Amino acid sequence: METKAFQKVYTQLLGITKATCSLKAQGVANEELAMVDGKLAQVVKIYGDMVTLQVFGGTEGIPTNAEVVFYGHPPQLKVSDDLAGRFFNAYGQPLFGGTEVEGISREIGGPSVNPLKRKQPSELIATGIAGIDLNNTLVTGQKIPFFADPDQPFNQVMAMVALRAQADKIILGGMGLTNDDFLFFKNVFENAGALDRIVCFVNTTEQPPVERLLVPDMALTAAEYFAVEKQEKVLVLLTDMTLYADALSIVSNRMDQIPSKDSMPGSLYSDLAKIYEKAVQFPDGGSITIIAVTTLSGGDITHAIPDNTGYITEGQLFLRTDSDTNKVIVDPFRSLSRLKQLVIGKKTREDHPQVMNASIRLYADAANAKTKLENGFDLSDYDERSLKFAHDYSIKLLAIDVNVEIDTMLNTAWELLAKYFTKAEVGIRNELVQKYWPNNQ
Amino acid sequence: MKTNGKVIGIIANLVVVEVDGPVAQNEICYINRNGVRLMAEVIKIVGKFAYVQVFESTRGLKVNSPVEFEGHLLEVDLGPGLLSKNYDGLQHDLAKMDGIFLKPGDYTEALDYDVDWDFTPLAKVGQMVVAGDWLGEVPENWLTHKIMVPFKFTDTYKVKSIASEGKYKVLDTIAVVTDSKGNDINVTMVQKWPVKKAITCFKEKPRPFKIMETGVRAIDTFNPIAEGGTGFIPGPFGCGKTVLQHAISKQAEADLIIIAACGERANEVVEIFAEFPHLDDPRTGRKLMERTTIIANTSNMPVASREASVYTAMTIAEYYRSMGAKVLLLADSTSRWAQALREMSNRLEELPGPDAFPMDLPAIISNFYSRAGLVYLNNGEMGSVTFIGTVSPAGGNLKEPVTESTKKAARCFYALSQQRADSKRYPAIDPMDSYSKYLEYPEIKEYLNKTISETWVETVMRAKNYVQRGKEAYEQINILGDDGVPLEYHDRFWKAELIDFIILQQDAFDKIDSSCPLARQKFMLELVMGICATNFSFQSFDDCSSTYKRMINALKQMNYSIFESDEYFKYEKEVNVIINERKVE
Repeated sequence: METKAFQKVYTQLLGITKATCSLKAQGVANEELAMVDGKLAQVVKIYGDMVTLQVFGGTEGIPTNAEVVFYGHPPQLKVSDDLAGRFFNAYGQPLFGGTEVEGISREIGGPSVNPLKRKQPSELIATGIAGIDLNNTLVTGQKIPFFADPDQPFNQVMAMVALRAQADKIILGGMGLTNDDFLFFKNVFENAGALDRIVCFVNTTEQPPVERLLVPDMALTAAEYFAVEKQEKVLVLLTDMTLYADALSIVSNRMDQIPSKDSMPGSLYSDLAKIYEKAVQFPDGGSITIIAVTTLSGGDITHAIPDNTGYITEGQLFLRTDSDTNKVIVDPFRSLSRLKQLVIGKKTREDHPQVMNASIRLYADAANAKTKLENGFDLSDYDERSLKFAHDYSIKLLAIDVNVEIDTMLNTAWELLAKYFTKAEVGIRNELVQKYWPNNQ
Repeated sequence: MKTNGKVIGIIANLVVVEVDGPVAQNEICYINRNGVRLMAEVIKIVGKFAYVQVFESTRGLKVNSPVEFEGHLLEVDLGPGLLSKNYDGLQHDLAKMDGIFLKPGDYTEALDYDVDWDFTPLAKVGQMVVAGDWLGEVPENWLTHKIMVPFKFTDTYKVKSIASEGKYKVLDTIAVVTDSKGNDINVTMVQKWPVKKAITCFKEKPRPFKIMETGVRAIDTFNPIAEGGTGFIPGPFGCGKTVLQHAISKQAEADLIIIAACGERANEVVEIFAEFPHLDDPRTGRKLMERTTIIANTSNMPVASREASVYTAMTIAEYYRSMGAKVLLLADSTSRWAQALREMSNRLEELPGPDAFPMDLPAIISNFYSRAGLVYLNNGEMGSVTFIGTVSPAGGNLKEPVTESTKKAARCFYALSQQRADSKRYPAIDPMDSYSKYLEYPEIKEYLNKTISETWVETVMRAKNYVQRGKEAYEQINILGDDGVPLEYHDRFWKAELIDFIILQQDAFDKIDSSCPLARQKFMLELVMGICATNFSFQSFDDCSSTYKRMINALKQMNYSIFESDEYFKYEKEVNVIINERKVE
């Protein structure tokens, strides 16, 4: 991002806050980029000739006589096939040395897709994890976050899903990623021999938080290039969106905006929707699927960040450690994939929807039985059986270390149902029971 | 002469314009950004400065950009051809836009101006007419679209001439009317109307007196919505709000459906785009899309037009109501619209109300809900707009401002419960918290008892009571243990479960169960209530639960079978066998 010779240089700042500075300038466009004392900044407010700039790297050390140069365009990314296999910072500059990527400049955070030009997602993404494929099937063009407490292995699970998902490109947008986690992703992708399919935009915890605001837009601009122009199946991983939202609240706070719930800006819903809604299935085969991570504090999903996210995304995946089996499982009660209805029983075997629902209902009965047990009540025979079922179900299907085909998952589920319950107890449509009940007499 | 202005300030999509002449509150203007015209609405005026909210992204906008004021409020075009169109929040036809991405300032026409319509005159020369009176009609899909005296006409007019039967385009003059001062006015098939004003060209608005069938048992049987009534569905995410709304839109007994997808997921709209053209309307046998108009302002589309989108939808609904149609308007979700108001109020630096929402939020919401209703038109015909909105309460908390304000305005409340959704009891409409005020209307009671059965309302009330008692019994069992309560408690609990599983729960994804006509609802409710009124004798609570589970299983198979088929009656027999095993006099 070189400055041009004829550009006007301003040298008088009239006000500086922790994240913004203001000056008098003419002919400035809204959301235009600028360089303030060597730091990138963006126009966030204009009134008359007074311009307010948001400085991504923070205003520390910026003097009132700092040099300010306007770029004449909003933040951009140069897109081409050369992006593949590369690592970038939040501004789209290459990490680990290497040359700048040559290509066409695209404004980041561009317009949305005409809803009429979208195609209904219908292609299943198999991950081998039964907690996902069986109970919460993912579909290309979907957007779904992991809701997880910070101590859970969400980045590992996400990396696993990404590598198994058979995407043409995997684009990682890391926001406030610890350096260790960043290196983890890098190693996993390298060891899998998948580096040529990867593009990374990373803001680590060592870098200023406000920079994070650029990361999702950078990642999604790259994704749009591969999905629209190359008709590729693109998987975008965004971790951690909670830290992104925190950065939003820092900025809105500095701009003296009235906070709404949980000191988040009132526009949080729209801000998050702008990112997540970039997930799309195009009619010509290209698609963008977004898998994100939203860390929770103490599992509280009523906090503004997970709450707004839940209203935007097409479901959510909860990770939980099952104390009975000591395995990390995908929680069948709180997880949901809204788009699963488009593929289950259609792209998968016909018994999929009913087997899924019956198993979860019986698993819920086991949870009730467990409560009874804890309260010191006697268990009925049915309670005993449902507890045993739940144990097996958790180990053989819910645990994230399971890696099998969907048909195998369904067969396993039928076996467990037949082992512990009668046909009347599972409450599945008769014709399906006739066909799939193991050793049917 | 038009008022002009220039941009002097930009904060996100709030733009301050210095004007050279008069401007009106809520007037529409266009900001010229290097040749691209961005639509905006005046929301505050201070001296010669107008604060306008831009319906687009303001990226790249500079101060001193020229602004042109239009001299009217936000208006929509009303005329034949609205049906089965897909619009954005400002009534621009999405199908006419070029390219994959929405381009700011790409404003397409709402109606097709070169299509011929088969016009038949209804009014006679010399007849006296007022706004809303029918001058003629054209067939639009399967509906007879009335061409009316424009709603903006305030005088009484004499029809001077009317076009003869034949093909006309929407902008052709189809009638000339003379006002009381003797001026001749040409009338075409198109008229404009400001969306924020209710269309009131009707004789009277009586209390609703009949119900609108939705095919959803938990609504029709337990808490029916009246034709011309209002209802709302609040629920945390993942409780099946959208699935429920889609089910209603597919099955409701309405002439046409208008869906305002306001600030929700794009893929949900795509689902309608993809499915409705293929789904049959059970009543007319035609495709669902033919009776549906979609106003899509999804969450990634400009925030400011979210507010406009619900008004655009309501105005189109009122327009069809004036033709005597039975319109169902669905808005998903009104919370997003309220949030859009909040964002703007925040930028205007207004003092905030609860949760930073604007202070006048309750007034705005109740004003909007009041536009629904059943009306008698000037010619005695009846039309209606039934409105169901969803609300997305933050954190699932029903005490937040949008839910509270809506509760005051809407007559039906369908509370979706997280607990029911977690245990996959769909639709997750909570039978205890939800209500329909219409069940208290004497006119509605009379209607139900007349059309369904003489004791219908009483039976429904009894069923509700069983559910309530079952819940109490369940709490006792939980506290005292299975053994600690009399067997009767178990019986009571399972009778409530029976009603829950067979009447309240419904599989929206099953071909047969998804839509349940009233006759079938009557049959099932009476069957289930018959079981509830039966005295059973059980050996133990295990015996009790397993007997009821068998009954539930057989009854469920009935729900999955074609109504009154051999299979259906086979399962009914099975139920009777189980009943007789344990029945005592």
